[in-house]
Amino acid sequence: MESSGGAPPAEERRLLAASLTARYSDWVLEELDELPGSFLLTDPAMSGHPIVYASRGLASLTGYRPRDVLGRNARLFQGAATDRAAVAGVRDAVRCQRAHQVAILNYRRDGAPHWVLLHVAPVFHAHDGRVLHFLAVQVPIAAAPRRRAAPCRRPPVFAACREEARVEEELPCASHAGEAFVDIDKRGLETTRWLEAGEPRVASGCDKEKALSTANSIFSALNRYSKLTGLVVCGKRCDSAGIPALSSSLNLSLGRIKQSFVLTDRHLPDMPVVYASDAFLSLTGYSREEILGCNCRFLNGPGTSLEVLEEINRNICCEQACTVHLLNYRKDGLAFPDLLHVSPIRNASGKVGLHPFQVAFHVWVHLDESIKHDFNGLSPEVWQLGAVGAVRVAVRSLSASGSLLRPSQ
Amino acid sequence: MEVKLTIKRVPTVLSNYQEEGGGAGCGRNCLGDCCLPASKLPLYAFKASNQNKFAQEDGLPTDFFLNSLLLGQWEDRMAQGLFRYDVTACETKVIPGELGFVAQLNEGRHLKKRPTEFRVDRVLQPFHSAKFNFTKVGQEEVLFRFENGGGDSSYFLANVPNTESSHPPSVVAINVSPIEYGHVLLIPRVLDRLPQRIDPESFLLALHMAAEAASPYFRLGYNSLGAFATINHLHFQAYYLSVPFPVEKAPTKKIPLAKCELKSGVKVSKLMNFPVRGLVFERGNTLKDLGDVVTNACIWLQDNNVPFNVLISDSGQKIFIFPQCYAEKQALGEVSQDLLDTQVNPAVWEISGHIVLKRRADFEEASEASAWRLLAEVSLSEERFEEVKACIFQGTGLTESDEEDETNEESPYASSSSAPVASSHIPEGCLVLQ
Repeated sequence: MESSGGAPPAEERRLLAASLTARYSDWVLEELDELPGSFLLTDPAMSGHPIVYASRGLASLTGYRPRDVLGRNARLFQGAATDRAAVAGVRDAVRCQRAHQVAILNYRRDGAPHWVLLHVAPVFHAHDGRVLHFLAVQVPIAAAPRRRAAPCRRPPVFAACREEARVEEELPCASHAGEAFVDIDKRGLETTRWLEAGEPRVASGCDKEKALSTANSIFSALNRYSKLTGLVVCGKRCDSAGIPALSSSLNLSLGRIKQSFVLTDRHLPDMPVVYASDAFLSLTGYSREEILGCNCRFLNGPGTSLEVLEEINRNICCEQACTVHLLNYRKDGLAFPDLLHVSPIRNASGKVGLHPFQVAFHVWVHLDESIKHDFNGLSPEVWQLGAVGAVRVAVRSLSASGSLLRPSQ
Repeated sequence: MEVKLTIKRVPTVLSNYQEEGGGAGCGRNCLGDCCLPASKLPLYAFKASNQNKFAQEDGLPTDFFLNSLLLGQWEDRMAQGLFRYDVTACETKVIPGELGFVAQLNEGRHLKKRPTEFRVDRVLQPFHSAKFNFTKVGQEEVLFRFENGGGDSSYFLANVPNTESSHPPSVVAINVSPIEYGHVLLIPRVLDRLPQRIDPESFLLALHMAAEAASPYFRLGYNSLGAFATINHLHFQAYYLSVPFPVEKAPTKKIPLAKCELKSGVKVSKLMNFPVRGLVFERGNTLKDLGDVVTNACIWLQDNNVPFNVLISDSGQKIFIFPQCYAEKQALGEVSQDLLDTQVNPAVWEISGHIVLKRRADFEEASEASAWRLLAEVSLSEERFEEVKACIFQGTGLTESDEEDETNEESPYASSSSAPVASSHIPEGCLVLQ
């Protein structure tokens, strides 16, 4: 058992560092150190699923310095009043290797509770689908306007110093807590305080944006410095269970559009792909199953410009269209110069499950500029815009008649 | 004694140049004699014959005209900020009911300015150069020229000098106050400065455009003066909405014609169970055959001062003519105030069932009943309609026959459904409406 507050011993430190440097070049640490925000990288292949990297921003948010947490499991941030269901959700996502976002009550080093939006996502080895790391981003959630409601009180709990304090079944809520063992960090913090968790907080759209944006920056950094030759470290293989089922009418209309494009849904965690055209699959070499439910970053690679990705993100946040040139990568690792146009697509009615009158999707139209195309006299840009127009018409008309999504079963 | 009937209404702005006085002023890239012949525009030359419905190997892909050219160019103009508002941000819904009227809330469509006076008792009025017309439109509002290529397949050229053409240029321009995505104006022979009146050549051009788009959801429309046309310069409108229009779903009753008229192959029906009475013209051996029959009917109407609207649907295979009298009623003070307060000008799109509402309350409360009530005011009475119909037939040489049409399988007195899905070519998607 390690001493409280101390850094892990030298041998262990070496192993933790190797977790990163085996896959990425040394520059990756410098790059990650430059990123703002509080986040961690963990290695599920190592015993205890330890933290192998912690950002500089961690201290200001949590009071822990990076060396305080290296080698330890991330549950060290949780405490007595942390909602068990939230923890179970994170654990489940980790087990299923998918991205997950949840508002959760964490604890600072001094024991003070605070609410954060936790964004967890796997980092896959593009080639064999192995999970290399998990990233966990923490964004503080500000208090909502005060509403005095009965606080959620939990009885005192005793620390259980258990390596795998895994409670497999969903724990009942606070009213039955008492027999609960809580995942407490290995420091053996024995808390007997009555903790007022207060009203559960809800993350705002802005918080989610921040979390997403930080996650994207981390991915980009890992991509840039990936040592895996010609391959992409990507957040691939997300399952498509959470994405909305598009109606057959919409699929039919979209199926007629000849350009290479995908639709993404910004309102779902990690902005997954919800539709991909056949031309897109031919262009990139992926199958539909591989990419539905995933964020577009699977296309990015070491040569993809970070600035351009940030420009795209900015425009997405402002709901504006943009056209960019960037380097993207096919499944086989081959890079291609991509003329990419991204545009927000609105739906027309408030009756569908999507957010009313807001942006329903984003359309991403790709064009491989290294190949000669015949646009029958149109400029490449106008030809791409034709796809945007066709998607707009399809989404607009079908959402007006309530036929955008498959009716829920 | 001739009574001059006028109504006051706020005109729709079709072009960004519409409000600038009437000055010809150039140095701009306009569509007048000063600029157009000296400039270049993209040209879409459609195939002369419509017999060969399959795309040739080296020809343009079938969706090129609509999806790539028209929508792509339209989206490009959106990006340039040429439209007065973003139509995709306008709430639209299909109203539950048998016919499925489409209601749109658009608070920005109408100008917030004083209404102008429109003469409503003269369907034919001479062209006035001083007033706004489409030669004053800037070329950035033009998407492409649309003319007959004379050959067996259509072709597209990105940049053609306007002097080099065997045809006087006809253009497709954006409507800067769109009702829907892709709303454009077709202006036949723009330099000829034709007033708003139907002629065979121009109508055929419109039919060809519907045929090139090859989509039952891309319709063209025409409003005569007195039936809410805003500009007295010959133009058709067109846009793309992927839902069936109520008028397309209404049943029709075929009007049997004497055998000799069947050479053209045109089938004429009366629209049934729809608030506005109208005639439906379908089929025809060629596009020109169909166009000629319809044109003759329109010419009779305009020569006899009956305001009317025309809807070209089903890729040019089906044409509706609606004689109307709303403006006249309005001028005579016969329309109820609450209908006037909605400020809906029932032109071809409204009559077809796509209604743009200006006030949120009207939009929230829109129902099939309220739409029906509005449109019922637009229609000619049964008696008057039958009169007009008889005159049209007489004036165009069609003869209604008492005999059963031997070549027709259906009973002439049976209603036949006419939704786009029933047409001969593959429908675009199978919409299942709740």
